[in-house]
Amino acid sequence: MKRVYLDHAATTPVDPEVAEAMARVHRDVHGNASSIHAEGRAARAIVDEARERVAAVIGAEPSEIIFTGGGTEADNLALRGVLKAHRGERDGLVTSAIEHHAVLDTAHDLEREGVRVAVVGVDATGRVDPRAVAGAIDGRTALVSVMAASNEIGALQPIREIGAICRERGVVFHSDAVQAVGAVPFDVRELPVDLVSLNAHKLHGPKGVGALYVRRGTRLATVQTGGGQEKGRRAGTENVAGIAALGLVMRLAGERRERESVRQAALRDRIIDGVLARVPDASLTGHRTERLPNNASFVFRGADGPSLVMALDLEGFAVSSGSACTSGDTAPSHVLLALGLDAETAKGSLRVTVGRATTSGDVAAFLAALPPIVARIRGAAAVPA
Amino acid sequence: MSRVFVAMSGGVDSSVAAALLAERGEDVVGVWMRLVPAGHDAGAPRCCGTDEAGEDARRAAGVLGIPFYALDYADVFGRSVVDRFVRSYAAGETPNPCVACNRHVKFEALLRDVVAKFGADRLATGHYARVAHDGARHRLLRAADAAKDQSYALYMLGQRELARLALPVGELADKAETRRIAARFGLPTAAKPDSMDVCFIGGDYRDFVRARAPEAFRPGPVERADGTVVGAHAGIGTLTVGQRSGVGVATGERVYVLRLDLDRRAAVVGTREEVAATTYEVRDVSFTGSAPDERFRTEAVLRYRGTPLGGWVDVRADGATLELDAPALVAPGQAVVWYDGDEVVGGGTIARPRH
Repeated sequence: MKRVYLDHAATTPVDPEVAEAMARVHRDVHGNASSIHAEGRAARAIVDEARERVAAVIGAEPSEIIFTGGGTEADNLALRGVLKAHRGERDGLVTSAIEHHAVLDTAHDLEREGVRVAVVGVDATGRVDPRAVAGAIDGRTALVSVMAASNEIGALQPIREIGAICRERGVVFHSDAVQAVGAVPFDVRELPVDLVSLNAHKLHGPKGVGALYVRRGTRLATVQTGGGQEKGRRAGTENVAGIAALGLVMRLAGERRERESVRQAALRDRIIDGVLARVPDASLTGHRTERLPNNASFVFRGADGPSLVMALDLEGFAVSSGSACTSGDTAPSHVLLALGLDAETAKGSLRVTVGRATTSGDVAAFLAALPPIVARIRGAAAVPA
Repeated sequence: MSRVFVAMSGGVDSSVAAALLAERGEDVVGVWMRLVPAGHDAGAPRCCGTDEAGEDARRAAGVLGIPFYALDYADVFGRSVVDRFVRSYAAGETPNPCVACNRHVKFEALLRDVVAKFGADRLATGHYARVAHDGARHRLLRAADAAKDQSYALYMLGQRELARLALPVGELADKAETRRIAARFGLPTAAKPDSMDVCFIGGDYRDFVRARAPEAFRPGPVERADGTVVGAHAGIGTLTVGQRSGVGVATGERVYVLRLDLDRRAAVVGTREEVAATTYEVRDVSFTGSAPDERFRTEAVLRYRGTPLGGWVDVRADGATLELDAPALVAPGQAVVWYDGDEVVGGGTIARPRH
């Protein structure tokens, strides 16, 4: 069966050029980037070049880039590292109700260690109100963490406004931008943001490698200790091939972003318009225009999301219900509840995210397959148990 | 091609059921049913984690190369199996949770979803029983291996369910063959031990019931049928009609629980002769095919893997009366299943003995 992959917010297929670059590193460069000898220097050169590429794409200095084992680790380092650096002075963390679990669960873990956590809500389109953030900041706030774009509903967040507030109040500002960088303009020279989480696998790169941008002068304590790599800020032998891939991924994303985001937004709009026209009682989640170019997300009242995902999978379509989850646990998404949806409606969520290889034929096939599946699942759900 | 869903528990039997169907070239989809809610405290796996049994099922499906999904039936299982189990014990009955699960969860909620939601044609399980599809008639039969037979727990299936049911391991000669097949397919479940206990209870079922129905664990008197108090018991929830042990009586005589009087929290005990009855009322009666004559001769099985007992069944609109050839000890709440040779005719729930 021909497969149609429409779950690029979960992860993306690795670009062949990136896969080849990684294979080349694995084949030809075996040194430890910290070693003095020629093999070590060869590895170091690759890491240095990747750092320059990553920095260049977001307008940063290479020294402001810390490589990590992915976006979740970058989020952990940002939250834990900033709070730890402020220990004894400031103990407040402000974040939003629609953050990825990498941020929210870390915040709650820090809460158990005594950090004061304030969680601000969102409006019905999934956008954080900067004034709510301003209201949540107090004299003890060390860090504000608000994502650049929602992984579930694609809503772009007003990070420029939030960052300006943080500047004014002298509070460090972190943004998880794993969904945003490479999809929307993102330049730290003009965005008032101090820490930014990135990863490779949302941009046609490998899993397990990411980076944290740390603006020069930002106080960040070490969380992972060991051999002192990344200037002591993230110990562990460098994942040279992964880092090379991240560098290339960012370069390719930078080159392709403008054209590709216009193309993907057109596909996204066809999905949104097509679904809303063809499926009765369907609602778009997130903002109609202020959203990631590749994200179309919906709720279908009376149909449960996991069943929709399963039925579509059996017909060759890979989509998701909110975030990637396979546990058979149908608890509604915290993001959809934060929009003010009731739990029953929130259970009927479906996220469709396009990518570089998605064609208009894929979108047409999806739009043809979806309506009868929704109708069937709604019909089955209506039968009393 | 027709699509068949296999309910995979993570055990060897349902894994082999999936393997046998896949080997025949059928379009097989594995599903694991979440029956208890996933934890929501910080330490519990929230995303991308099932429990251990679910992981075993997933691995087996992976080895077979079939699609696999976890489906959430915790709500219906909680209501129709766990709550009933507790209520039943608290009411002095002895429930059969596997029968309740088959009736309400596997062959009602799951089967309905498989057909109506996912458009599949059939559901398969790893039960040891056989379904014979004779044209328009579908018969439920004992497993080829009588020692493993589980047809008792499937008596509630009607023609509608049986028409869509596949039970491939019921055709196998014995459990050893099941394990050989599992090993041949390289299934990681090949050497997994059989599950024996009530699946949703970790320890003693009495502790489980006590936590949910403490009122059933208040002590009460033990009496003879004539009203003479002969001892005390620890609570209705600790007693099973027909049981010998657990009653605080020191008469030297072998006594059994005859009945439980909930209003007075009294347990009435008697000798085997007093307790064993030949006539039982049966409720929630169902038949696998069209209902037989008003009165029919049967071999009745009164407990899982019990010996068939000869008797007669009188069918009424609201139930049935079972009349055994010889007295037997049966607890209310247990299932009675009527056989004609190897074929399951139907069955019901034992209401109470008539003396």
